[in-house]
Amino acid sequence: MPNKPSLFSEFSKGIIRENPNLVGLLGMCPMLAVTQEAKNALGMGLATTFVLIGSNFVISLLRKVIPKSVKLPAYIVIIAGFVTLIEFLLHCYFPELYSALGTFLSLITVNCIILGRAEMFACKNNVFRSVLDGAGMGVGFTLALFLVGSLREILGTGTWFGITLNGSYSVSVLTLAPGGFFVLGCVIAVVNKLAHKPAPRNIGCQGCPMADTCAASKGGCSQ
Amino acid sequence: MNQMLVSASPHERAPLPTWHIMLCVLLALLPAAAAGCVNFGYRALLLLSVTVGTAIFWEFLCRIIMKREQTVGDLSAAVTGLLLGMNLPPDLPLWQAAVGSFVAIVVVKQLFGGLGQNFANPTVVARIVLMLSFTADMTAFRDPNTDAVSSATPLVTGASYWDLFLGNTAGCLGETCALALILGGIYLWLRGIISPAAPLSFVGSFALCTWLAGNDPLSQVLSGGLLLGAIFMATDYVTTPLTAKGKILFGIGGGCLTFVIRQFGGYPEGVSFAILLMNLLTPYIDRISMTKPFGTTEPREKEVRSDA
Repeated sequence: MPNKPSLFSEFSKGIIRENPNLVGLLGMCPMLAVTQEAKNALGMGLATTFVLIGSNFVISLLRKVIPKSVKLPAYIVIIAGFVTLIEFLLHCYFPELYSALGTFLSLITVNCIILGRAEMFACKNNVFRSVLDGAGMGVGFTLALFLVGSLREILGTGTWFGITLNGSYSVSVLTLAPGGFFVLGCVIAVVNKLAHKPAPRNIGCQGCPMADTCAASKGGCSQ
Repeated sequence: MNQMLVSASPHERAPLPTWHIMLCVLLALLPAAAAGCVNFGYRALLLLSVTVGTAIFWEFLCRIIMKREQTVGDLSAAVTGLLLGMNLPPDLPLWQAAVGSFVAIVVVKQLFGGLGQNFANPTVVARIVLMLSFTADMTAFRDPNTDAVSSATPLVTGASYWDLFLGNTAGCLGETCALALILGGIYLWLRGIISPAAPLSFVGSFALCTWLAGNDPLSQVLSGGLLLGAIFMATDYVTTPLTAKGKILFGIGGGCLTFVIRQFGGYPEGVSFAILLMNLLTPYIDRISMTKPFGTTEPREKEVRSDA
């Protein structure tokens, strides 16, 4: 490629500009499932970062060896190997976090951020760049989880990392699923504003779930 | 909105502007709100002023931040605030009431585009959010006779029909006085603001289910938030079906769901959950209850689309 982006931008793009979670809208399952508490969110983010860096490293190392026809199974095997590794490590050294994350730890295997980076980046770039990309994406994902987890914990239960800040003014609906969606939506809105992503200019009737019943679509949509 | 083109006559004239309809709804709510203030004292008045004031404030602030045309003048925020206040127990902490109007106005109404775009009734969602967040405060009902806070819900206390009818029981601020609610409903019906289809089918189907289950239908209808929900929330223009058939379907669905939640559910009151579920079904009810023009057939391509 003639003008490759600088090494630093390879790392930093994942933090805000191409944040996999808040701009790319990938990995929504761990985002909503483990962010009731900041501690779990941070643990989940770091575990995913570890797997992301490891799998990006190995996949870009093997990118010329893996045949095209079996590349998905090969990627999954590599990712699953790293997930098993981190699972054993957490089980041994952080049993509390291990039981809090539960099944979502094994589900890192099918986290679409990791497969997405393998497919989009690691199979096309050299090892060093792939590791930087994985680290940047991992940090972006961890920060996103940590931010949503902190907001939900502070506003929802009045604590942060288990330390009581303000117990009497908490809105516990934020620790439930609807509140998770609400906090996530607000954070996505703020980050997209920061990432200078233009809003969709013209929303037509095609994508609207109400199109069948809506009066505007009956007479042919004017847009 | 400011660039309306005037075409050649004849012009169709809209019967009533929004603020006029909202003023009628406010007037219709007043008797029940006043009854609540008489029963529960000055605390009820304070709570109502907080919900109305914060609702108007949030609406004003939201429209300014979003750089949209100011819509405080159409009084819909005041109606939402008053209705929300009437759905809360009179001793709820005031900051929780302000959170409730934030949810109603900002989250449910303005983030979806303002009046006419909200997918669910703002008051109902706000009440459910408060119920899930502050369950203890939201179910601490006070008996107006003894002034003692009891955790017993109004649905299980053995009050007489007359007490229930006049609102001399524990419960949410504006839901206890059945007489005032019915008067407000009749006023709205006579002014042509609401159609009686949804409230009557709501209450009717609920009473029928209750009677079939072997409970006392009259006492169940008069207690809890059933009348308030059926008269003022199941008739919201935005979130209920447009056609008469659809309104009846909406009412029957709401009544049956309320019965199921009251009879088998874990929460003491099911009206708000029932109305929210029916709000979500409203586009589909509109679709199946659409009036077909006489003598026409369905276009072919539409049949294909509905099958797919």
